Amino acid sequence: MTDRILDPSALPAAAPLPDPALGGAKEASFGPWATAWRRLRRDRGAMVALAILCLVALACAAAPLYASAVSGTNPFATNLNGEVTIDGTAQPVLAPSTTGLGLGVTPIGPTWALGPYMLGADNQGRDVAARMLYGGRNSLLIAGAATVLTLVFAVAIGLLCGFFGGIVDGVLNRVLDVLWAFPIYLLAISLSIVLIAEGLTIGPIDIRAGSLWLPIAIIGVVYVPYVARPIRGQTLSLMRSEFIAAAIALGVPPWRIFVKDLLPNIMPRVIVLVPILLALNMITESSLSFLSIGVQPPDASWGTIIQDGQGLLYSRPIVALAPGLAVALTVLCLNILGDGVRDAFDPRAKVRIA
Amino acid sequence: MLVAILSRLGRLVFVMFGISVVVFLIFFATPGSDPAARIAGRNASPETLAQVRQSFGLDQPLPVQYAVMMKRLFVTQDLTSFVNRGQKVVPAVIKAIPVTLSLVLGAAVLWVIGGLIVGVAAAATRGGWTDRGLMALSLVGVSMPVFWVGEVMNLLSQSRLHHTFLFSWVPPLGYKPLLTDPAGWFKALVIPWVTLAILYIGLYGRILRADLIETMQEDFVRTARAKGLPESRILLRHGVRSSLIAFVTMFGLDFGALIGGGALLTEVVFGLRGVGKLTYDALQTLDLPVILTTVLYASFFVVAANALVDALYAVIDPRVRRAG
Repeated sequence: MTDRILDPSALPAAAPLPDPALGGAKEASFGPWATAWRRLRRDRGAMVALAILCLVALACAAAPLYASAVSGTNPFATNLNGEVTIDGTAQPVLAPSTTGLGLGVTPIGPTWALGPYMLGADNQGRDVAARMLYGGRNSLLIAGAATVLTLVFAVAIGLLCGFFGGIVDGVLNRVLDVLWAFPIYLLAISLSIVLIAEGLTIGPIDIRAGSLWLPIAIIGVVYVPYVARPIRGQTLSLMRSEFIAAAIALGVPPWRIFVKDLLPNIMPRVIVLVPILLALNMITESSLSFLSIGVQPPDASWGTIIQDGQGLLYSRPIVALAPGLAVALTVLCLNILGDGVRDAFDPRAKVRIA
Repeated sequence: MLVAILSRLGRLVFVMFGISVVVFLIFFATPGSDPAARIAGRNASPETLAQVRQSFGLDQPLPVQYAVMMKRLFVTQDLTSFVNRGQKVVPAVIKAIPVTLSLVLGAAVLWVIGGLIVGVAAAATRGGWTDRGLMALSLVGVSMPVFWVGEVMNLLSQSRLHHTFLFSWVPPLGYKPLLTDPAGWFKALVIPWVTLAILYIGLYGRILRADLIETMQEDFVRTARAKGLPESRILLRHGVRSSLIAFVTMFGLDFGALIGGGALLTEVVFGLRGVGKLTYDALQTLDLPVILTTVLYASFFVVAANALVDALYAVIDPRVRRAG
């Protein structure tokens, strides 16, 4: 990137890449991984994003602690007739609505203080703050597990296609072609509507309806073609290189070529994809849950809470705003981290998945 | 040239066939449940179930079932909903298409213009405050879930700021047909257009900026500089032009994907009764025939749109024509 600059005045140094003239000698004693990691650590924005992500994950992991020690509410039980004491006065969690036709209820608003109903209640009288933490746990878990699933499948398919070529490549590539042309949301909707009610049983795999594994599997599958295709392309070009030819000529068994030669060479590309896939999966999860074909009640995720808040949008907007902000913040941090990781590991990579 | 066209067409037909098979297998051959019960909807009577089995040929082998389904979807178009008793599905979908098209077309105009402005302005001021500000905004725009942005927009324009001069012109949620009420059509769609375009303005702006910065280090740009062309002219005439191909490809794919279901969330939030909203309503009532129809029609549309982009490619870039 920096070696082709011909007019320095037109290009003020903005890239976080180290100056090769200075950094080269200093970093020569490190391997490529350590070099990349050092570059990433010097990227202040990416580090801040990583710190925020860790905080979000920690907070969500502490959800049961919050529910038992801070709010003292049960985020999964409806609380239609309950009362809660705030500033010394008892208030109903759900008050009869005073606007419009006077039908329905208005849940208690946010108290903005540590304790019960810090962010108010939803239309079933459940503590939104506690549900946000539990929901965040599910959102993060689904995004993470789906990312792992996508990468495992995509790397396996990409390597197999590139390595064996011929019929294996032909067949797998045709299948990828079809899935790639299939609009993501339509594929996800088709899979969800069939699976969500009854679950899935194939041989030893038995996923019950309402299990978190359904959204994980669905989100994990739909992005496979988008990741497998570039990996296949890279494997194909690696297969033409001399060190692979040498390994084959030496009689190195295929699995060893896979693990020792191919995998380390496609790893930078895969690592660059991780934060981006995580971000994409967060959005996809919340969208599917918002459409009620993701996480199923009584479980929560940030998407389902936004959906709960849709009916209360004008009376208690916080119910929909807070989880949406949480998604946006998390995805923003993942995108910033993704930019940093790309600059550190594979600056020339053009990453846009979907 | 002819061979190239034929091979493209062949691939198009193959992909469409593949998609229809995948959809068919998902709906009719997923292990664990009875497709008749799924098609008939919740709490269907035994008579309805028997009728569904008979009319879809569910007691016959899978290839026959596939043929029956395709015939009913595309030839006779007599698929009916069991949830909304007797509603013909295909005409309902076709009636919803103008709404989706209006939404996506308007948003596309916004995001192409917005993306170009953001990308070029950021690349021109690379490293400066304008660049940083625009890129930060783009990143935020890319990170927000579109349905949530829609809800925030609704909250502001329908409720909290509705009485101020900013949003007092915003009509209640819903769609107005373009032909009978052009002004209403425009007013009803402005906010949904902006909502849908935000993500893509950010995306296109970021990608165009990266592309432009790379192009500006090419040799032909050095030549242009050497012959004394002003920097702005180099950026607009040389830079943007060479980034255009990537831009057009991306646009074709995104446009197709949005028409084919991507605009679903926006339609739901703004109560626009397009194809996406139809699918969403069917999801809530588990109305399988409707979902089957929208999924297949929309996927076919996406595949056709992608093929059209491929063809456009050949028009923009003569090299593609020669390579075949």
